[in-house]
Amino acid sequence: MSENNTRVIVITSGKGGVGKTTTTANIGTALANMGEKVALLDADIGLRNLDLALGLENRIVYDIVDVVEGRAKLRQALIKDKRTQNLALLPAAQTRDKSAVNPAQMRQLIQELREDGYTFIIIDCPAGIEQGFRNATAGATEAIVVTNPEMSSVRDADRIIGLLEAQDLRNPYLIVNRLRPKMVKNQEMLAVEDVQDVLGSSVKLLGIIPEDEVIITSTNKGEPAATLEGNLAGQAYRNIARRLRGETVPFLDLEEKTGFLDRLKGLFGSKK
Amino acid sequence: MPSLFERLFGKREKPAETAKNRLKLVLMHDRADIPGPMMEQMRQEILTVLSKYVVIDEQHLDVSIDKADGGIALVASIPIVRVNAD
Ligand SMILES: Nc1ncnc2c1ncn2[C@@H]1O[C@H](COP(=O)(O)OP(=O)(O)O)[C@@H](O)[C@H]1O
Ligand SMILES: [Mg+2]
Repeated sequence: MSENNTRVIVITSGKGGVGKTTTTANIGTALANMGEKVALLDADIGLRNLDLALGLENRIVYDIVDVVEGRAKLRQALIKDKRTQNLALLPAAQTRDKSAVNPAQMRQLIQELREDGYTFIIIDCPAGIEQGFRNATAGATEAIVVTNPEMSSVRDADRIIGLLEAQDLRNPYLIVNRLRPKMVKNQEMLAVEDVQDVLGSSVKLLGIIPEDEVIITSTNKGEPAATLEGNLAGQAYRNIARRLRGETVPFLDLEEKTGFLDRLKGLFGSKK
Repeated sequence: MPSLFERLFGKREKPAETAKNRLKLVLMHDRADIPGPMMEQMRQEILTVLSKYVVIDEQHLDVSIDKADGGIALVASIPIVRVNAD
């Protein structure tokens, strides 16, 4: 696998708490389980979280700032996932701030990972539009914008899409997270089409993740939902991974409109 | 769920619709990105020109960006106290 085949994808949103870290952990795990060699890079320096989502918090010895400042080699700092062979995490530093790393250093790190034969490098971006955002996007060649079907989140997504364009990250992918099918059906919540409509045609819909308790329980255990069978959010994340690999996978048939979600839940034996 | 009244006498806008309309408007505003100082300068210059002809209630002058069919519009509401006599 030549280093030119490496996909470098930043996961961003502008607003905090919309599901960037959850998405990074799940897509990364799903891709690795499909045989990709995946490095996850936590660029949220000062607010380390991706380690928790993956259940790797007790295994951290070195972090990204240690690597950048020369106290550790990249390979020493990379943590191999417990369950998934092809998955590695470069943790953020918890006690430093975003200025501890600069865009040139991020590009250097990513170059090293490319040379190590990773096929996917996925970067978990901090909230905000300041230096943390510039660091996280510096070495990326593709971007995923995560939004919730909710006003302020969509507004921030729009702003981020503009900033990504300015960084030459055009036509980002869009993930709508925490969708509540019943509310959409009752026209109480923005539908995916509404979100796409207001954000415009420059974004490509990559996936829709329903609001799902499994995200909370699986994060509590440090096992991304994508590794668990029989839940919709995990299924949706696996579908996203397949789409990223170039497969055409139908959306979980816009779960919201037809009551399909309920039927699917019925299939999985969940009582609701 | 719409009430019988709403079903009989026209429906109220759904929350999702309200959200979408408000979002469209605020995004147009965000994207237009007219800086505050420029807005203020425009306001001042509009005032200067109009003051030649009318006395304006400056307290209630309102210049804002709004939605027009298919695009955005600069909308000014300019309360006139009286027309200049001379
Ligand atoms: N689809 C979902 N269903 C339920 N809870 C979710 C979902 N996505 C994210 N969450 C929860 O929302 C919170 C914020 O998610 P996180 O991934 O940390 O956001 P970010 O990294 O954008 O700040 C977490 O507690 C997470 O468990
Ligand atoms: Mg996060």
